[in-house]
Amino acid sequence: MIESLMKYEFLQNAFITGLLIGLIAPILGVFIVVRKQALIADALSHITLGGIAFSLLLGKFWSSFSTLNPVYGGMVFSVTGSLLIEKLRSVYKHYEELAIPIIMSFGIGLSVIFISMADGFTTDLFGYLFGSVSAVSRVDLLIVLGISMMVIVTIFFLYKGLFLLSFDEEHGRTMGLPSKTINFIFIVTVALVIAISMRIVGILLVSSLMTLPVASSIRIAKSFKQMIFLSVLFGEIAVIGGLISAYYLDLAPGGTIVVIAAFILLLVILYKNVQYKFQSGR
Amino acid sequence: MDDRKPIVIVKDLNYRYDRDWVLKNIQLTVNKGDFLAIVGPNGSGKSTLLKLILGLLKIQQGEILLFGEPLERFRHWEKVGFVSQKANAFNKAFPATVFEVVRSGLTKRNGLFKPYPKTTVKKVIEALKAVQMEEFLYRNIGELSGGQQQRVFIARALIGDPELLILDEPTVGIDTKRVSAFYELMQKLNREKGITLIIVTHDTGIISKKVSHVACLNKHLYFHGNSSEFEQFDQKELSSFYGHEVKILTHDHQEGGME
Ligand SMILES: Nc1ncnc2c1ncn2[C@@H]1O[C@H](COP(=O)(O)OP(=O)(O)OP(=O)(O)O)[C@@H](O)[C@H]1O
Ligand SMILES: [Mg+2]
Repeated sequence: MIESLMKYEFLQNAFITGLLIGLIAPILGVFIVVRKQALIADALSHITLGGIAFSLLLGKFWSSFSTLNPVYGGMVFSVTGSLLIEKLRSVYKHYEELAIPIIMSFGIGLSVIFISMADGFTTDLFGYLFGSVSAVSRVDLLIVLGISMMVIVTIFFLYKGLFLLSFDEEHGRTMGLPSKTINFIFIVTVALVIAISMRIVGILLVSSLMTLPVASSIRIAKSFKQMIFLSVLFGEIAVIGGLISAYYLDLAPGGTIVVIAAFILLLVILYKNVQYKFQSGR
Repeated sequence: MDDRKPIVIVKDLNYRYDRDWVLKNIQLTVNKGDFLAIVGPNGSGKSTLLKLILGLLKIQQGEILLFGEPLERFRHWEKVGFVSQKANAFNKAFPATVFEVVRSGLTKRNGLFKPYPKTTVKKVIEALKAVQMEEFLYRNIGELSGGQQQRVFIARALIGDPELLILDEPTVGIDTKRVSAFYELMQKLNREKGITLIIVTHDTGIISKKVSHVACLNKHLYFHGNSSEFEQFDQKELSSFYGHEVKILTHDHQEGGME
């Protein structure tokens, strides 16, 4: 593996991209989960799929678009979708969660239309759905690197605000926190990360990389900080293990990454059960 | 420095959620160093008034000034501490320690975007000591009892060194012994640090012994004056205002007794 990693550029691209996504997706995931918004990631990933299908469609009919990286189309759709979700949440004040199925089905609808208009794609749509070890280009890597840095800086500066708003929004507002602005920046950040994660984990599995590691860490973390740390740890284990096994077994990495993340969750639950039995003296 | 500087001024305030007016024609001034208790039956608009003062609800009619500035232009929220009535309505699934929760009370003081300074641990412990919760520093907030959580939230409000501290029914769910300790702490903050206090409470029995001013609210402001005036305030009037009999204890030997 190490040897191939030194030799092949596409493997380097995939690994570095994977490591970056394994870092930022769980960090955002922690805030998504504690704010009970886990489904937002799903809604956004489906709208991202619409954006990718649209880019591929453009590329098929107008050659001038064929060199355009579909990641950009995905980003535009994803960010637009996130803004729509925020808007819908304020329209349906007492049914905020309605925004999610609305955007999700809209995303799927758009994707289906674009895909059938293109009469299928010669390009590997499969790779976008379930991830790919070989499809990550240098340009993809650079985009992921840029967005990752942006996300890390954003979370660093917004940490206190996000903590307050996630824990006790009303209290945050009594401290004069610009809650609307912070929520807005946060959801746009989530949208961007979902769009860039698709090359590795695939659209259909992005949200699980945001939620599964968090679901594991929330069971054992003793503090919020520890929860972030453990989520990143579990996320990275899943990504690294997933990429290696996908490479050797010739599988789509989205599948292997998510299965490993689910396996970690299972271990954590077992560990908790054993610990509980031990403590209750049985 | 003028000690009687008004900290909160409420002028001609009316408010309604949908149809009925919940607050009508409220006039209220709280001066620096006052310790004001707002009493009134359930649904009388006490929490609504506090939320308006804190900028959590939008003013519909009337005006509120905080530290001399109209609420819309007021930016110094670090001077204001708040413990809400639903202090335990926070996100229970949130795996934060008492330390992390209390520390978050410093957010505005330290600057939203800056990391916490090294002295933070000391400040958190100090704030927790004030509410006798220091031994719970690294416990998970969700694992504490309701009364313990309430005390943690008081510590979170205290850590920012507020000049104005607003508490909505802070003694609900706190045992009798600690209620006395709580009022002693408030009196100490009021006297020694000159913190202006507004508290909503149903402790009508003991309140006039603990605070400097009392306001009786039931949509209208029925009474507002200092606590000795409140003791003179006709028992019958107060009872009719509450809708049932209410006793005000005026004898020292009953101080601290709870009903
Ligand atoms: N969010 C809301 N939407 C609609 N009506 C509300 C809302 N909150 C409060 N009310 C109404 O406004 C009135 C005043 O409520 P408020 O919470 O201010 O009372 P309170 O004096 O704090 O009562 P309590 O002693 O029970 O805490 C009540 O009649 C209540 O039904
Ligand atoms: Mg109330």
